[in-house]
Amino acid sequence: METQKTVQKAIQMVNITKTFGEVIANNKINLDIYHGEILALLGENGSGKSTLMNVLSGIYLPDDGHIRVNGSAVLIRSPREAYQLGIGMVHQHFKLVDVLTAAENIVLGLNEHRLLDLKNVRAKVKEICDRYGFVVEPDKKVYDMSVSEKQTLEIVKLLYRGADILILDEPTAVLTPQETEKLFVVMRNMKSDGKSIVFISHKLHEVMEISDRVAVLRKGCFIGDVATKDTNPQKLTEMMVGRAVSLNIERPEPKNQVERLVVKNLTVLDSDGVKRLDNVSFTAYGGEILGIAGITGSGQRELLEAIGGLQPVESDGSIRLILPDGREEELCGKNPLEIYKLGVGLAFVPEDRFGMGLVASMDLIDNVMLRSYKQGKSVFADRKAPKELAEKIVQQLEVVTPSLKTPIRRLSGGNVQKMLVGREIAGNPSLLMTAYAVRGLDIKTTHTIFDLLNEQKQRGVAVIYVGEDLDVLLELSDRILVLCGGKVSGIVDARTAKKEEVGLLMTHLGEEATA
Amino acid sequence: MTQLISLLQAGIMFGTVILYGSTGETLTEKSGNLNLGVPGIMYLGGIVGLIGVFFYEMNNPEPNKFVCILIAMVSAFVAAMLGGLIYSVLTVTLRTNQNVTGLTLTIFAGGFANFFGGTLNRLAGGVGQISVSTTSAAFRASLPFAQDLPPLLSMLFGFGFMVYLAIGVALLVNWFINRTSIGLNLRAVGENPGTADAAGIKVTLYKYLATCIGAGISGLGGLFYVMDYTKGTWDADGGIERLGWIAVALVIFSSWNSKRGILGAYLFGLLYWLFFYIPNLTRRSIELFKMLPYLVTIIVLILVALRRRRESQPPGSLGLPYFREDR
Repeated sequence: METQKTVQKAIQMVNITKTFGEVIANNKINLDIYHGEILALLGENGSGKSTLMNVLSGIYLPDDGHIRVNGSAVLIRSPREAYQLGIGMVHQHFKLVDVLTAAENIVLGLNEHRLLDLKNVRAKVKEICDRYGFVVEPDKKVYDMSVSEKQTLEIVKLLYRGADILILDEPTAVLTPQETEKLFVVMRNMKSDGKSIVFISHKLHEVMEISDRVAVLRKGCFIGDVATKDTNPQKLTEMMVGRAVSLNIERPEPKNQVERLVVKNLTVLDSDGVKRLDNVSFTAYGGEILGIAGITGSGQRELLEAIGGLQPVESDGSIRLILPDGREEELCGKNPLEIYKLGVGLAFVPEDRFGMGLVASMDLIDNVMLRSYKQGKSVFADRKAPKELAEKIVQQLEVVTPSLKTPIRRLSGGNVQKMLVGREIAGNPSLLMTAYAVRGLDIKTTHTIFDLLNEQKQRGVAVIYVGEDLDVLLELSDRILVLCGGKVSGIVDARTAKKEEVGLLMTHLGEEATA
Repeated sequence: MTQLISLLQAGIMFGTVILYGSTGETLTEKSGNLNLGVPGIMYLGGIVGLIGVFFYEMNNPEPNKFVCILIAMVSAFVAAMLGGLIYSVLTVTLRTNQNVTGLTLTIFAGGFANFFGGTLNRLAGGVGQISVSTTSAAFRASLPFAQDLPPLLSMLFGFGFMVYLAIGVALLVNWFINRTSIGLNLRAVGENPGTADAAGIKVTLYKYLATCIGAGISGLGGLFYVMDYTKGTWDADGGIERLGWIAVALVIFSSWNSKRGILGAYLFGLLYWLFFYIPNLTRRSIELFKMLPYLVTIIVLILVALRRRRESQPPGSLGLPYFREDR
């Protein structure tokens, strides 16, 4: 810390308070950001990190407290005013216009000249890229870019606008390990150029690797800050959660493995005739968790939807489900209703919670009822059983909700996911498919979900877990199937596989996949 | 040969009316506002322009040609802008449904225009009696040397000034949208208002201005229809509305590019008047021919859908309201 004391503070956030209705999102938070440091901002979901950074970048006005930039008090009322003070933020959802080129996005809203002078912009962008090691093609359209290219463009956009303080909101959530490494290289370059970076992440090993200092928020309050070299993941977690928690994900040994799902030569074409899944074959066993890894859009979604009967499948493929009682059913070519009528116990926790899993404006009971309303002979739906089930899920999984009659969209992300998983598990499934089941959830809820999955695994259910965090996949799954460009690029044993190995498998068809 | 030239002439006249309509609507739609009130706005431009010069000519025995043109253009433009303003207040500020608002604007303005058109006819002493001869002549005046040119050139240079103005406005709008910083901002507003907002662009202001100025340009189409196309009279047979809808189709046909709209407008004009130059058509087959512009639009839509070029697609947030709180 000795060196930092001599460095001037770039930003001082003093007593920042921000409330939304009755919820206090930020409670008298004091945070300093120094020149030339990478500050990691840690905290669970709802701890107020994003709110605090939105205050700094001009999206929210604080109710109380003030901000000093280089020592002088300022009022930041809009993103534009933040830019003028040299503060810029890369949001989780990129703020880019798809049909415009990189250069056009960079100068958007600046009105530097009356006429667009893209030649000048290109030169300036090249200068920035050369200085920090970015690669940006100024004339490439955003819709042709990969996620990582878009992120790079967002950062270059901030630098073009003269940002000295860059806020990156979970930048690595969408990147492969290799892309993350590249991002860290440019982050270090920017740091050595005197820029300050606020790095928001849930991934503790990344925080340990890249940051100089860590600040922790919990429930809207500032808990403390430590130099990264003086701490470790265990301590950081305790600061975040407020008590000691086990960081390790449990992985019970699989028992009585039997073939449950046998997929052969599965091919799925999209409406353009492009192969989204190309001749995929694998077997999932009862009593194991099969992880599925891959860059977003490598066919994970299509795979689960094809098994669930939501995607038309080319005719030479086969999806056989072998039930514990020895019954065998072919799912290929059946729609969800036909699969439901087979009574095979297929449970699906889709990626898109509100699009496919739940109806946002219906209450908890009705959402539970979506699974069961066809049961019984009466033309009227049975509301009693779903009500009891909803009560049970709320109790057992500690779902925080004002009442059972609350529209489910008012619940926080973690509670929504608990309801969804709870409902799917309640039907005693033989196969449980989950897609990004813990995306956006905090550590505690994440572990609750993992416990539920493990419980199902020990009951003999075949669990398919599509995930994006390789560390989690390696710790939770028994085996990992890696998809790349719609093909299976490998199936590895999660107990022995290395992260780099899986990362390579994710990209090894790289050129083909992007073509 | 004379027939062909005469067809070209009819096509260009027709095309000019819808070119104004579609150029204005292109500008509007680039801001994400789908204004189906174009026919109504053209009505407003036509009738208010006519009313303006009617009273000027009635009260001045020797009207000045330039004052006539000025009064007609300004009153048509302002009236049409007011139509656009009604639409903007409703859809941008009060966030009503854009389709419904546009359609009702067309119905309202049609009634408004035909009511005052009828009154004007009565004041003038009967249908077809409206006399704005000086103004209409000024609008239709061609270059003095046009008469002496060979037939084809004589036709091409023999139009009133608004025919050439329409081309100029279409090129200007295209240049503005694609080459200026403000045009870039406007495109961003129509594509992704949330992003534009975050980049410090005043989304509401852009939507209002693009819609009102776009409406003003569309309104000039109505004025051209009254002053030049029907030679300074008012007919209540819904001609403006018919052409207004074709203008909306032309926006789609030109895939939101007003430069491409110029040729599209003349093509639509040629197709529309083709029946007149094909001998021995029955009444029923005439109607089939008049349908051609719509048919061509549908074919273009299918081709665009097949090609899937992102640049040919409508602006991303077309028809959607924008709430900042939705972020």
